Amino acid sequence: MSELSKLTISAARDAMRAGDVTSAEITEACLTEIEAADALGAFVHKTPEIALAQAKAADARIKAGDAPAMCGIPLGIKDLFCTRGVPSQAASRILEGFRPEYESTVSQNLWDNGAVMLGKLNMDEFAMGSSNETSAYGNAVNPWRRGNDDTALTPGGSSGGSASAVAADLCLAATGTDTGGSIRQPAAFVGITGLKPTYGRCSRWGVVAFASSLDQAGPMTKTVRDAAIMLQAMAGHDPKDSTSAKLPLPDFEAALTGDIRGKKIGIPREYRMDGMPQEIESLWHQGAEMMRDAGAEIVDISLPHTKYALPAYYVIAPAEASSNLARYDGVRYGHRATLAQGDGITQMYEKTRAQGFGHEVQRRVMIGTYVLSAGFYDAYYNRARKVRTLIKKDFDDVFATGIDAILTPATPSAAFGLGEMAEADPVQMYLNDVFTVTVNLAGLPGIAVPAGLDKSGLPLGLQLIGRPWQEDALLNTAYALETAAGFVSKPVKWW
Amino acid sequence: MSIDIDTARRVAHLARISVDENDLPALAGELSQILTFMEQLNEVDIDGVEPMTSVTPMRLKRREDVVTDGNMQDKILSNAPDAREGFFAVPKVVE
Repeated sequence: MSELSKLTISAARDAMRAGDVTSAEITEACLTEIEAADALGAFVHKTPEIALAQAKAADARIKAGDAPAMCGIPLGIKDLFCTRGVPSQAASRILEGFRPEYESTVSQNLWDNGAVMLGKLNMDEFAMGSSNETSAYGNAVNPWRRGNDDTALTPGGSSGGSASAVAADLCLAATGTDTGGSIRQPAAFVGITGLKPTYGRCSRWGVVAFASSLDQAGPMTKTVRDAAIMLQAMAGHDPKDSTSAKLPLPDFEAALTGDIRGKKIGIPREYRMDGMPQEIESLWHQGAEMMRDAGAEIVDISLPHTKYALPAYYVIAPAEASSNLARYDGVRYGHRATLAQGDGITQMYEKTRAQGFGHEVQRRVMIGTYVLSAGFYDAYYNRARKVRTLIKKDFDDVFATGIDAILTPATPSAAFGLGEMAEADPVQMYLNDVFTVTVNLAGLPGIAVPAGLDKSGLPLGLQLIGRPWQEDALLNTAYALETAAGFVSKPVKWW
Repeated sequence: MSIDIDTARRVAHLARISVDENDLPALAGELSQILTFMEQLNEVDIDGVEPMTSVTPMRLKRREDVVTDGNMQDKILSNAPDAREGFFAVPKVVE
């Protein structure tokens, strides 16, 4: 039975259509795995009743013969997505007890396509973090370990629960969100595929907002093909999100020919960081060789403002967060502090937010408040927005020379130990996003593909960055890389 | 730019987050560290560069200015920590 939870979306789809297996059987297999995997801290709210009811409905639809590709596929949903009647608290104490009366557009699209919800997945609080250690639920744990060493490792963040759940075969795939790397970094840390689509491809409606000009939902899957299938169901124009693009959706799976002959793949010289581990450097080099062997042309390129992406991001994202998170005031939903005699409304706000927000969220809200405050707005916020313009122009210039995709490492290291960064200053943790954050600032699609193991046996990923609105071509390039890399390793089960 | 304790206290208040006096020095230190990191942006020549307002060259969509939804008071109040008689309840505000 447990083998069924290991299926890919495409294999499950084909097997269900052929009548070899039912969604109910796959769903039950996943629920069994989830029950036995509390040590991973991945699923934080389990919804077996919903799952079984949706699986039954999906089986009827498949039997009727016109089911979409995602029909009957059991998924985990990141806690950042509002799901009707099911706790949705962005891993924050301040949303304790919140049960939305509405469904996010992305999750609704998945249910309309027949997908099955197994439960909600752990994450960093309000998606602010790179290790899932800021969660009010406690840590999510990476199913991978360094050889025989039983040190608990981070699955990355912020979509750490999604990464852990997919890598441990608790579900067939999961939703993630990515503001500065929160899909791609965790995907790389656990050896799965993670796609951040072009900004505007997936609706942000009903997704708890972190930094609205950067946030984007995307699939976290076992294969590139699965990412294509799942994106098809998640994406599309939504009148409820004013930045959602009214553009036709290409057939993403049909784009997967594996033929990348003649494509120009850029290697940005600024991504060669000082102190980058040799293993990452050689994996990157091997990736370029693989693409060359597949018939692509490898071109050295320059993205001159790369070094300023992280500082620009850490002005813009907290600024937007401080504004978005102003809504958590203890009035309309979630936690409200117990007040002392004589406390007025300001004390209510201040106590509620001090109790409800964790340390990292408080820090970012205050940084955002500072850079937006009178006298500093131009020096920090406006300057960062101008630098963002230059970062996007770097990419525009490169694509204008005919580059089809850009190949970079996904992360500056393999997964690190939980707690290992506790003594580091906040900026050290921010460096996790160094290869991914440029993509959010420029609104581009990016995908992390597992490409190898480091010397301690941990997965490492490569990132491909595509042209805007060309996820189809990007997925095909990723498919060629996946095929060439032939990554098939799985974590050894200890949980 | 280094943030002193008074600035940290002021920022915490602007953000409506109560911070214990004893925690202010550590907070000021952390905020200063992050701001120092941001100061790299001063190296960039931004003369004549427009600040980004939208990452995709699109005009924000518009719609008719009409009511499209409503009549769901119960749903709107269902998650409130304190709702009474069809209203959100908050401590008395006297200005």
